[in-house]
Amino acid sequence: MEDMLIIAGQKIRNRLLIGTGKFPDKKIITDVLTHSNADIVTVALRRVDLNSNEENILNYIPDQCTLMPNTSGARNAEESIRIARLARASGCGNWIKIEVISDSKYLLPDNIETLKATEVLAKEDFIVLPYMSPDLTIARMLVEAGAAAVMPLGAPIGSNRGLKTKELVKIMIEVIDVPVIVDAGIGKPSEAMECMELGCDAVLVNTAIATAQDPVGMSKAFSDAVKAGRLAYLSGLGRLSENGKSSSPLTGFLYE
Amino acid sequence: MKLTINGKNETIEDVMTIMQLLSKKQLNPDTIVIEYNQEIIPKEKLNYISLKENDNLEIVSFVGGG
Repeated sequence: MEDMLIIAGQKIRNRLLIGTGKFPDKKIITDVLTHSNADIVTVALRRVDLNSNEENILNYIPDQCTLMPNTSGARNAEESIRIARLARASGCGNWIKIEVISDSKYLLPDNIETLKATEVLAKEDFIVLPYMSPDLTIARMLVEAGAAAVMPLGAPIGSNRGLKTKELVKIMIEVIDVPVIVDAGIGKPSEAMECMELGCDAVLVNTAIATAQDPVGMSKAFSDAVKAGRLAYLSGLGRLSENGKSSSPLTGFLYE
Repeated sequence: MKLTINGKNETIEDVMTIMQLLSKKQLNPDTIVIEYNQEIIPKEKLNYISLKENDNLEIVSFVGGG
């Protein structure tokens, strides 16, 4: 059977989701998304700067990508809902990554406000992917409220610190029925692979690719790591053991 | 006439529709979303709304983000 990630009934071509922030040049975004064969791509919504004639980011995102605007900048459910509705009015689909942050030092999400926003937006037929602190109870409530997937953080946004929340994410993978996507904090391909080996359905990476010396090369490395990690998960990892266990037969020596 | 556009006060001389304001600002209506007095305005209606004193406009578009 083909191993395919499905979110809200849509087949997703790539388990590496890519964020478009912090790239040194917009042209690189096109190369990154094309070479890594990206499917779901995040963008943010901001006030237009009336004094500069900056080119629209959508011109740099290949047509085959699924656009997932985030609600970054929202400090509560109400602001997040407002941003989501504005994003949908752009005519670029109904996917939304809910991101509600009221903590400016660690940029940790507000799970309670995120839940409130999810309840409202799912009823308005958005495909809702909430970014959250890994908490099983809230994750269950998000699914109940209509979240199409849940996106626990690995470490604070942009910190490149890796999957620090491993034990909690593992529990969510085991219990939660919708896709679990690690979003934020993944700094290296090996960390993305770790998420996938654990059984995550996908990972979302932005900073680690955008700020690499060669973002295109790094996006390929991440894409391969995600594929390898997924295959390892599906293949079933070997058991852990405290003692050494010989890989070669222990009988039939010459002196026997 | 005084307006608030993206949180800043602006004065415009003539009566105009939202669409006319956008062309004056050289903004492509296909790449932006307009919130007019807290209400999202579909593109096809931009031609039919005339701006008036103390109106509040938010003009937003997509940027890079994670």
